[in-house]
Amino acid sequence: MTKELICITCPNSCRISAELGENGTVSVSGNLCPRGEIFASNELTCPKRSLTTTVRTVFGDMPVLPVRTAGEIPKEMIMDAMAVLSGLVIRERVKCGDVVVRSILDTGCDVIATLDL
Amino acid sequence: MKNYDVTVIGGGPGGLAAAISADNAGASTLLIEREARLGGVLKQCIHDGFGVIRFGEKLSGCEYATRLIRELETTGAELMLSTFVSKAEKQRDGYLLTLTSRGGMERVFTKALVLATGCRERTAKQVAIHGTRPAGVFTAGTAQAFLNVRGQMPGKRCVILGSGDIGLIMARRLTLEGARVLGVYEAKPDPSGLMRNISQCLWDFDIPLHLSKTVTTVHGDERVEAVTVAEVDEKMRPIAGTEEYIPCDTLILSVGLIPENELAESLGVPLDKKTKGPFCDQSYMTLVDGVFSCGNTLHVSDLADYVSESGDAAGRRAASYARRERSLLPVNISRDFSYVVPQYLDPEADLSETVFFFRTAAERKKTKLRILLDGVEIKQKQYNGLRPPEMERIPFDLSGAGLTKDSKLELLMEEVRS
Repeated sequence: MTKELICITCPNSCRISAELGENGTVSVSGNLCPRGEIFASNELTCPKRSLTTTVRTVFGDMPVLPVRTAGEIPKEMIMDAMAVLSGLVIRERVKCGDVVVRSILDTGCDVIATLDL
Repeated sequence: MKNYDVTVIGGGPGGLAAAISADNAGASTLLIEREARLGGVLKQCIHDGFGVIRFGEKLSGCEYATRLIRELETTGAELMLSTFVSKAEKQRDGYLLTLTSRGGMERVFTKALVLATGCRERTAKQVAIHGTRPAGVFTAGTAQAFLNVRGQMPGKRCVILGSGDIGLIMARRLTLEGARVLGVYEAKPDPSGLMRNISQCLWDFDIPLHLSKTVTTVHGDERVEAVTVAEVDEKMRPIAGTEEYIPCDTLILSVGLIPENELAESLGVPLDKKTKGPFCDQSYMTLVDGVFSCGNTLHVSDLADYVSESGDAAGRRAASYARRERSLLPVNISRDFSYVVPQYLDPEADLSETVFFFRTAAERKKTKLRILLDGVEIKQKQYNGLRPPEMERIPFDLSGAGLTKDSKLELLMEEVRS
C-alpha cells in the first residue's frame, strides 16, 4: 500500500509517496533529498519524532526551562516522555546543551536544556 | 553623549545578526533591546526546526538565539537591555536617539540606524470577531509566552482560529501539556502554515483542521464559555445557517503578523502597503538615508534563517554607510506577485549579493520565474509549485548586469505546461 507523507525534516515539506515492499524494502518518490528517504522509511516502519517541551525549575527568573530530546524517539512514546518530564524539577543552574535526563525511557536519547538557566 | 557608527534597535535574530556583522565590519556598534533578555520571540520558541540553513542542523528557537548571543559576546558591540527607544530624530549627519531605561533618560548619537523591531500579532479586534470580551482570548504568541516562558496553561479546552505556523505549533504544544484542542479553523480554503507543521502538529495528534470556516462570535462573561463558528463563502463572509456552537474555555488566534514600524514612521520612512514594512534597496537601506531595516520589520518571514540573513547584510551595509545621493531603480513586478523585497535597486551600490524575496499572489502549479533587464531575460528559475504562505528566495549577482538609473528591471511569472 502506498502512503502519502509530508517530510518534516526541513521547511521544503516534500510530499513523498512511500511504499513498503514485502521483503521490508521501502520505495520512495517525491523527495528532494536523501533525508526524505530516511524519513519515509522510518515513517513506515518505526515513526520517530523529536520532543520539545519545558520542565519546571525552582528559579524565579525562569520558572520553566525549555528542553528537547537530543535526537528522535519513537512517536508512540511521546506522551510517556511528557509524563516523565512533567514530574521533573530542575534544582541547579544549567547551561544550554546540558543533559537534564539521560536516556529517557531507555530510548538511548538524552533530554537537553535549550537555554541557559 | 555617546556616539556610534551603527545602532541596532531590537535584539531578536535580525538585530543580533546585524549587530554582529556591523561590529565585525569595524563599526562602533550599539544594540538596544527593550526586554531584560536578548533573543526576541525566539525565547519562547521552544520547538525545533530552526537553523537548517544557517547552522546546518535542526535547533530549537531558544538554541538558535543562544548561538547568536554567544557570537555577539565575542564582538565589541555594546549592549543596552531593558532599554526603550522613545524617540528618534534625524540630524544632519545621523540620528539622535532618546532612550528610556531604569537608569532614566539618556541620548545617544548614531551615524546609521538598523531597525530590527520585528513584528506584532494581529488581535481579535482586527479580525472582526463579535460578542463579549471575556478572559480566555489569546493571540498564539501570548499563549506561547504564558506556557513556554512562565509555565502557565492558558486553558483546557481550546479552539484555534487561523492556521499560521504559530497556531499549528501551539495546537501541538497545548495537546502535549494536557489541554484538548478541539480544532483549528481557517477562513481561507488553504492552510497558511508550512505543510510540515500541518503534518507534525495536527495529523500526529489527530487535531482536526477545518478550512473555509471562521469564528464569528465569542460567548461568556467572565471567561470564554463557547465560540460560534460558521462556514464562509469565497469572499470570506460567514454563511447564515451554517453556525455551530462549540463549548470551550479558550480561543487562540493565529491570524497574521504585522511588521512593527512606529519608529520608522516617526522618521518618515515610507512603507510598502503589501509588506507593511519599509521600501528598501538591495543594501536593506530604506528610502530614508542611513536608516536600514531587516528581518520581520521589513516583511514577515517564514524562517528565522531569512531574518538573520537580512540582519547580516543590513548590519554590514550600515557599517560602511556613507551619505550620498541615491538614484533608485524600481523592481517592477507583475500582478502574479504579492510582493518583492527589495522593491528598489541602487545601481551605485554593491549589487553582487542581491537577494530577492517574493511571495506569489495565488497558488500556482509549475511556474517559471523570469527576471528581465530592459526587456532581455537575465535570469530564470523554475518552481514545481508556488503557495502564498511560502516565501521564495533568489540570490542573484547583479554586479555585471550593467544596471544604470535608467534601466528597467522586471520580474515575471509564466505558467509551464507539462
